Amino acid sequence: MTDKGQKPRIAFFDFACCEGCQLTVLQLEEKLLDLLQHVEVVEWREAMSGKADSHDIAFCEGSITREADVQRIKTIRNTANTVVGLGSCACIGCHNALKNRWPMEDVVKVVYGSEAGQLDSIPARPITSVVNVDYRILGCPASLPEIDRVIKCILTGQEYPLPNQPVCVECKLNDTLCVLEKGEVCLGPVTRCGCNAICTAYGDACHGCRGLMDEANLMAAVKVLTAEQLHPIMEVVARRYDVGQDQVRQWFTMYNTPDLQLKEESEQT
Amino acid sequence: MTDSAHIQVHHVTRVEGHGDITVRIQDGTLEEVRFSVVEAPRFFEAFLRDRDYAEVTHLASRICGICAVSHRGAALKATEAAFGTKISDQSFLLRRLAFHGEVLSSHILHIYFLAAPDYLGVPSLLHLAEKDRDTVLRAMRLKQTAYDLCQWVVGRHTHPVAMNVGGFPFVHDAKPLGPLRERLEKSMADIRDTVSLFNTFSIPEFERETEYVSLSHPEHYALYDGNVVSSDGQRISPDQYRDFIEEYPVSYSTAKYARFNRPEYMVGALARVNNNFEHLSPFAQEVADLAALRAPCFNPFMNTTAQIVECAHCLEESIQIIDQLVERNIRAEEEQAEVIPRAGRGVGAVEAPRGTLFHEYAYDVNGACTSANLVIPTAQNLGNLEADMRAYAPGIVYQDEKAIAHALEMLVRAYDPCISCSTHVIKTTGSTPS
Ligand code: SF4
Ligand code: SF4
Ligand code: SF4
Repeated sequence: MTDKGQKPRIAFFDFACCEGCQLTVLQLEEKLLDLLQHVEVVEWREAMSGKADSHDIAFCEGSITREADVQRIKTIRNTANTVVGLGSCACIGCHNALKNRWPMEDVVKVVYGSEAGQLDSIPARPITSVVNVDYRILGCPASLPEIDRVIKCILTGQEYPLPNQPVCVECKLNDTLCVLEKGEVCLGPVTRCGCNAICTAYGDACHGCRGLMDEANLMAAVKVLTAEQLHPIMEVVARRYDVGQDQVRQWFTMYNTPDLQLKEESEQT
Repeated sequence: MTDSAHIQVHHVTRVEGHGDITVRIQDGTLEEVRFSVVEAPRFFEAFLRDRDYAEVTHLASRICGICAVSHRGAALKATEAAFGTKISDQSFLLRRLAFHGEVLSSHILHIYFLAAPDYLGVPSLLHLAEKDRDTVLRAMRLKQTAYDLCQWVVGRHTHPVAMNVGGFPFVHDAKPLGPLRERLEKSMADIRDTVSLFNTFSIPEFERETEYVSLSHPEHYALYDGNVVSSDGQRISPDQYRDFIEEYPVSYSTAKYARFNRPEYMVGALARVNNNFEHLSPFAQEVADLAALRAPCFNPFMNTTAQIVECAHCLEESIQIIDQLVERNIRAEEEQAEVIPRAGRGVGAVEAPRGTLFHEYAYDVNGACTSANLVIPTAQNLGNLEADMRAYAPGIVYQDEKAIAHALEMLVRAYDPCISCSTHVIKTTGSTPS
C-alpha cells in the first residue's frame, strides 16, 4: 500500500449529506487516538485545516448531486489506493435521492423560488454508482462498530464482507417486541443488519437505513406487510397489521430510492 | 503591508459544510469582502412534500448531523402544533434534556475541535494528541458525556431514534441516570479547565454592536421553547415569524439573507447569552465571570466563549432535569400522547446550538405534508457575518495575505456556521467544488 515504514495517509471527503457520518467517526474517541499511531490523517475539512495533494485511503461521505461532483469523486478514486463509502448517502443514496421523484425544475423552484439561476443539480445517486469502492460502511448514520471493523480490515489488508442477514435477526437476539405486532410497518425483514437493530430497540420501526440485503425479495415483503397472497394462516396474522401497499412502498423509498427502482424493474420482468 | 490583494479561501476548513471567503483590497482600501456558500443543495423542502408526518419528522433530523435533535425537535413541535397534539409534562422534560445534551455536544465539538486549534497553532485537535493528550481526552470525555445523555433520552445523538410526534415510542428507564448524573457533575471541573485553557488564548479584540435574536422564556434559559425576542425590543410568538423575519437576496452575494429590524442580525450562543443572561444557571454565570464575558457583549469572537458558558449551563440544568425525572418517576403511560392528524399548518421554533431554528409544515387531513419551510440559523447569520467581516477587515489589511485570510477564517469559525443545513442558501456563480 505504501512504502515500508511510512504510515498510510488517510483523507476524508464529503459530498451532499448531513456530515453525521464524519461525526460518528469522531465518536471512536480514544480508539481514534490509537489509530493515529498507525495512520496519518492528511485531509479532513470538517476537523482540520490544510489540504493534501495525495492520499492512500479516502473515506467518502455523501451523495453525488452535481455534475462537478462526478469529476471530483473520480479524481479522488484515481488518487487513492483504497476508497471507503462512508454511510448510506455514499453507499445507497439515502434520502438525497428522494428529490429524484420530482421534476428537477419543480424541486429548485420550491426551495429557492423563481429567482434561482442555473443550479448545478442532477439526480442524486450514491458514490458507489459512479466509482468502485473497496469498502462500504452502511447506516444513517454509519454504524460505529462497522467503522471500527472496516478500519481494522483496511489496515490488515482484509476484505470486509457486509453482513447479509435481515435486521430481524438482531432484533430477535435483542428480544425486542416486533413492531409489526403494533400494526406498524417495519422494513427489518429486508434490510441489511449490522446496526444491532437500534431503532426497534427504542420502540421505533426499521426505516431501512442500511439498505436492502442482497437478493432481498421486495415484492414478497410488500405482500407480506400488506397481507396479500399469503398462506391463509399467515393472512389472519397479517390482516392485523392493516397497512396499505402505498404506505409500504412509500416507506421503502425513504432510504432506498435508487435500489428500489432497479429492483422493482427487474422483479417485474 | 498589502496594497492590493485578492484573497480567496476555498472551502473554509473546520466548519460544517462548504463555504468560501473572498476579499479584494485595492490600493489599501477594502473593495469587497464576502462569504459565499458552495454547498450542494439537498432540497428537503421539496422532497418532504407528500410524505406522511412520521416520515417528515424522521427525515428532518437528517438535515444536520450536528444539530439532529434540534431539527427533529422543531419538526415535532411544528407537527404537534398543526395537529393540536399535547405532549405530557414528562415528555417535555425529556425533550428539554435531549436539547441540553445536543447543545453540550455541539458546543464541545466547536470549542475544542473547530475553534481551539487556531489558538493552539495546530491543524486539528488530533494533532495535539502527543503534546497535550490531557486536553484532547478532556474534549473527548465531555463529548462522550453529552452523547451518552442524548443516548439515554433518544437512543443516539445523530440521528435521534426515539423522539416522535406525541412523545417517545419506548419507556425510559431512570436507573442508569445515577452514574450519568455523577459524570455530569464531574464534567463541571472539565468546564472550569476549559475556561482556564481559553483564558490563555488571545481572543481578537473587535466589537460591532448588532441586533441579537433568540428565543426567550420567562422561567428558564430558552432552548426548547419560548417566544422570539430581539435585542431591539420585540417579543413575538414563533408562529408570527414570517411577519418579522424577511429573507431577501442581495446583489453582492448569491445567498439569501435574513432581516429582522436591521438589515442583519445575529443568532446563536452569544445572542442567547446577551438576551437571556439572567436565566443562566449559577454555575454558568460563574463561568461567564471567570471567562470575562459580560452581557451584552459585542465581540463575535466571544461566541465561542458564550458556548463554554452554555456548556456550564447545560450541565447544571441537565442535573436538575434528571433530579426532577427521578423524583416524579418515569410513567410509562405518559410516554406517548394520542396523535390524530388533521389538516393544518404549524410552526416550531427552537434554539439549535447555532441559533434560532424555524420549521413550518402544512399537512392535509391524512397527515401528509403539503408544504415545508425551514429557516436555519446559519442563513440568518450570513448577513451579520459579512457585516462583521467588512468591519473587521480594514483593521487587519496591513497584514500579509495569509494572515488576513487566517484572521477572517477565524471570524467565520467563531460563528460556528453549519452550512450543510442551509437549505435556503443558494450559490449560482463562481467557484466549483474541488
Ligand atoms: S448517511 Fe445519514 S448520517 Fe451519514 S451523512 Fe448521510 S444523512 Fe448524514
Ligand atoms: S420489529 Fe422489525 S426488525 Fe424486529 S423482528 Fe419485527 S419486523 Fe423484524
Ligand atoms: S434498525 Fe433499520 S433504520 Fe434503524 S439503524 Fe438499523 S437499518 Fe437503520
